[in-house]
Amino acid sequence: MLRRTAYALLVLATLAGTATACARTSPDAATADRARGPITIWLSNNAQEVQWGDAMVAAWNKAHPDQHVTAQQIPAGKTSEEAISASIIAGTSACLVFNTSPAAVPTFQKQNGLVPLSDFPDGDAYIARRSGALADQYRSTDGKFYQLPWKSNPVMILYNKKLFGKAGLDPNHPQLSTYSQFLRTSRKLVRSGAAQAAIWPSPSSDFFQPWYDFYPAFAAASGGRQLVENGRADFDDPAGRQVAAFWRELYAEKLAPQEAYPGDSLADGKAAMATVGPWAIAAYKDSVDLGVVPVPTAKGSSATEPTFSDEKSAAMFSACRNRATAWDLLKFATSSAEDGRFLQTTGQMPMREDLTTRYASYFKANPTYKAFAEQARHVIEVPNVPGSVDIWQAFRDDWTKSVIFGRESTDAALSDASSQIDKLLNEYEGQ
Amino acid sequence: MTVNLESAPAVRGSGTPARAAASAGRRRFGSRAGALFVTPYALFVVFVFAVPLVYTVWISFHRFYFTAPGTHVDSPWVGLSNYRDVFTDPVVGQAFLNILVFLVINVPLTVGLSLVLATALNAKIRFRSFFRAAYYVPYVTASVALVAVWQFLFGSDGFVNHLLGPLAPNPSWLVNSHLAMPMIAVFVTWKQLGFFVMLYLAALQNIGNELYEAASVDGAGRIRQFFTVTVPGVRPATTLVAIYAIITGANLFSEPYLLTGGGGPDNSSVSPVLLMYQKGIEQAHPDFAAALGVVLVAFVLVVSLAARKFTERGN
Repeated sequence: MLRRTAYALLVLATLAGTATACARTSPDAATADRARGPITIWLSNNAQEVQWGDAMVAAWNKAHPDQHVTAQQIPAGKTSEEAISASIIAGTSACLVFNTSPAAVPTFQKQNGLVPLSDFPDGDAYIARRSGALADQYRSTDGKFYQLPWKSNPVMILYNKKLFGKAGLDPNHPQLSTYSQFLRTSRKLVRSGAAQAAIWPSPSSDFFQPWYDFYPAFAAASGGRQLVENGRADFDDPAGRQVAAFWRELYAEKLAPQEAYPGDSLADGKAAMATVGPWAIAAYKDSVDLGVVPVPTAKGSSATEPTFSDEKSAAMFSACRNRATAWDLLKFATSSAEDGRFLQTTGQMPMREDLTTRYASYFKANPTYKAFAEQARHVIEVPNVPGSVDIWQAFRDDWTKSVIFGRESTDAALSDASSQIDKLLNEYEGQ
Repeated sequence: MTVNLESAPAVRGSGTPARAAASAGRRRFGSRAGALFVTPYALFVVFVFAVPLVYTVWISFHRFYFTAPGTHVDSPWVGLSNYRDVFTDPVVGQAFLNILVFLVINVPLTVGLSLVLATALNAKIRFRSFFRAAYYVPYVTASVALVAVWQFLFGSDGFVNHLLGPLAPNPSWLVNSHLAMPMIAVFVTWKQLGFFVMLYLAALQNIGNELYEAASVDGAGRIRQFFTVTVPGVRPATTLVAIYAIITGANLFSEPYLLTGGGGPDNSSVSPVLLMYQKGIEQAHPDFAAALGVVLVAFVLVVSLAARKFTERGN
């Protein structure tokens, strides 16, 4: 009896294993590259982006009834990257995801989750034609494009004019250009009681948080250097140290809280400023009277200084069985006409060098966005290197310890982070 | 004459061949039915516990990461390399230290409070049902909702700091590297108290009234009765409560994830399970996470055995 039960269990286990193995198959690349048919795409959960995506898909479906496209929002998760990574492993990712973080691309590549867009006959040419020199930052280390740089959200300082007025500051000419001006203004905002915090970036240890405090300021201070240049960490220098010291001062004087805000501090009027991209204008338009300035530098900011792109790419995933349709849809969704509609609907910047001239009428009608468009020509991306997430995590850990909580000097922390990142780069290079 | 199988006496090695055959048939039917009923749970144990456990141990000895289905990626044997990484990572050491701090506060507090409360709620008091339900409500409420309450109370700008005024700690409760983990330990104690009170209430029903009456006749007061009758009487339950509290405490995840922004400040409230999530999912190092998981299992076993020895001493 026992033996028969054991056999039955063995058979069931084999069946379950076979079923699992069958579910975990990937399409043959050569066949899929030429195949057309229905596909699914994922969009972010930004309301304006979903509105654009639905309209774009409706237009496509009308013209291509035999290649029906279904648009969905990315499945819920702490971050999109986690949801996408899980879907790669399960073989359930959509054909295209219009919210792929460049920092996650090396990981997705390592998981064999991405289709190299350069392998399409017109892949490289199309990307280069659309984005020009801006596209170069998005090539992977093997020289191929695994992502189409789609849109950027150049990070700038948005401020609440009402709170500035309440603090006795001129809302139309804010003194936020240099570090010392920024600190003086911040002190006045908090000490006058106008706002609980001058600025409230998340102090959590998430690897991506430096993109909203350190990295925009470093891009501006360094004249547009990436965190890693030529295979080595490149931030432990006067530019990096000035940025770290500036943020340390904000935290030390309680102008930026050490505790995460459970909501949106700018929308709730708890913070007077935030480092965000142009998506925020549409999101806050009914709740906050916003002004926008570039991130400060030691010597004074300018409209043409570099900043972090907060870019999102569109990527094609290896679970896709109708890749010819996916590639055509990708080109359709990033065409000049659709980019114009995207800009109009979301206020986010399509990744094009000639943005202000191509969509001149839009920027004339929406001057607040023009400052972002000017900066979109000078955006700096996260380095496209293997181990990207580990590298940012190593940086964040030292930043948290020194800048946010003041438990070691900022100089020592940058030096330590730099050494650790060099070590990680060597390890990943050796793998 | 009909044979009543239900009432027939069980006779081994005797009786008629027909009766023996009927008995054997009934046993066969019983064991088949038993196997049938056990099979779903056996499958559940195999697929949900045994296979993942064996797979985790396998992963921990290989360089491994999750890939798209159908794609081949080498997963070479790396021996103890992942374990070496785990033991040399200072954040891992910090995470285990944090958990020790958590357990040192949480387990005695859980055992002590839940026993005292259960004893009180076992007495004939007014509104007993209301109090029993009130203590149980946090246990069945989603952590996310309770965390919001805790943040309202203990946030930098929270209710408690408003009451304390200048006496409020600086940095505040949840961003203070010395207070963050104790705060989580107290939070978890409060949240889970209802469940442990329930376990003790069940155990208290097994203590006969005559023991209390005898103690009373001998002149023992309430407190004396509590220590000489109640505490020894619920000792098996105390072992269960302590071990259960250790296991759930060692698996701490939601509270540091939600309450202190992912283990902050500066990793002073990070837990091993949170670290497994960060390394395995966020940073795509499932091999490191698997090795950490194996170490955590060993840690829980050792601490649980020590707790069992401690609570059962003198038996």
